[in-house]
Amino acid sequence: MRASLKPACRAGPCYASRVSHAPSLRNQGPPRHTLLVRVTHWITVISFVALLVTGVEILISHPRFYWGEVGNSRTPPLFKIPIPSSRATVPTGYGYVLPDQNGWSRYLHFEAAWALVLTGLVYVISGLWTRHFRKNLFPASADRTWRAFRSVIAKHLRLAPPDEADSRSYNVLQRVTYLLVIFVLVPLVIWTGLAMSPGFNAAVPWAVNSLGGRQSARTLHFFVSISLVLFLVLHVAMVVLTGFASRMREMITGLAAASQERT
Amino acid sequence: MSKISRRQFVTAGLAATAGVSGLAAAANFAKRYGLVPPDSGGIYGPGETLTYAAQRLFTRHSLAREFPRSMISKVPFANNMPPLNDAFKHLQGGAFADWRLSIDGMVARPASHSLADLRSFPVRSQITEVVCEEGWSYVAEWIGTPLFEVLKASGVLPQARYLVYFSIDPDWWESIDIADAQHPQTLLAWAMNDGDLPVAFGGPLRLRVPRQLGYKSVKFVTRLMVTDSLKGLVSALDPKSANFGYSWYAGI
Repeated sequence: MRASLKPACRAGPCYASRVSHAPSLRNQGPPRHTLLVRVTHWITVISFVALLVTGVEILISHPRFYWGEVGNSRTPPLFKIPIPSSRATVPTGYGYVLPDQNGWSRYLHFEAAWALVLTGLVYVISGLWTRHFRKNLFPASADRTWRAFRSVIAKHLRLAPPDEADSRSYNVLQRVTYLLVIFVLVPLVIWTGLAMSPGFNAAVPWAVNSLGGRQSARTLHFFVSISLVLFLVLHVAMVVLTGFASRMREMITGLAAASQERT
Repeated sequence: MSKISRRQFVTAGLAATAGVSGLAAAANFAKRYGLVPPDSGGIYGPGETLTYAAQRLFTRHSLAREFPRSMISKVPFANNMPPLNDAFKHLQGGAFADWRLSIDGMVARPASHSLADLRSFPVRSQITEVVCEEGWSYVAEWIGTPLFEVLKASGVLPQARYLVYFSIDPDWWESIDIADAQHPQTLLAWAMNDGDLPVAFGGPLRLRVPRQLGYKSVKFVTRLMVTDSLKGLVSALDPKSANFGYSWYAGI
């Protein structure tokens, strides 16, 4: 058994004992991912893709970013994205204007945001309740050292194949990354998104004022989204590198692949 | 492996029943307290209803942020707009002396006000941000007549739920709920930054709704209509409608 499971074994029903009584030889132990984790994962995937596509569409209507409270085509931008725009009023340097897609994009952006927020709430509350975060994501005390980080990073750099421990649990780098996404980046993207809503800002002015103004909130929303996209790229790359079929089977059916298939 | 125990079956059944009846109760509650927006149908309806209901439950009486005079934008941005029509140019020729704002529908006393009449109501000035759905914004001082004063003078009937407001351009109109219409910051603006309201910014009369995005602040307003239903009037998803497929509630 992996070291990080030991505290959980002491506190509750033990992983190892359930494995030893498992009726099936092929599907050893409890599911690799619980049903709740799988369902919330895929709803999040759909919501995130919808948010990303519509977010890009909305961005195209004004591909300029500012800092502070206000900013428009007559004020100097912090930076510009060198793409054409869907509005003729934006000086892009391109001789043409893209079609306006903001109507449905805004509708879908906020609907997907609701799906993400509600799914996220179910996931976080149940994760605390079932101690999913403590058991599977919070790094074990032995792993909360720079040395543990360095060894995992070195292993990645050497492109070493995953060992048996990697197939049963997350390493410290994965754990910290997932926790960062769940408890830092997603809350930040929600906060910076809400801080652009004139209705929300009327009710909760400190949410936008503490970020330095509405245009700062918009710029931060963009950068947090970029960070989430970077996570997505790395996450999918790792899934592909470590075995696309078995990773997908685990996240869809919950069943861990038999160990002989892993080599 | 996939056998479902009786306990799981009962639990799932109870959860499903609770979920369905909870949804039904929520829908009833939402209808009763006016938490359902007119564009609640279609594939974007659930998200739109959640947004509008959440805003109405938690932000009904909140005030849009007002800014210090030092934050007024030196160069406010006048957005593109359709060409001015002949009716507008005619009134512009007379320095807007004949500009009228009519109010009809579910009011006890329909009325028609000139700009001078409007100036005889209590005046309010506020420094608020214009926020476009595209992402840009500017801050300006808006001076005008609070809409609720004009509504009060005409006596809004208790069954009223929406205000529809029309530009002099017949294709340009919008609507808000009565909560936003009677909100203290919703302003019939006739001046901006210590001068008359420029035509490029909606002069001589613009309805400013500072808790919603710019497209709800219709320029060149000539008519207010109080109603209990937008049926037959609004279809936000209809590309031919006044808001070109944009959501009806624009507080987000």
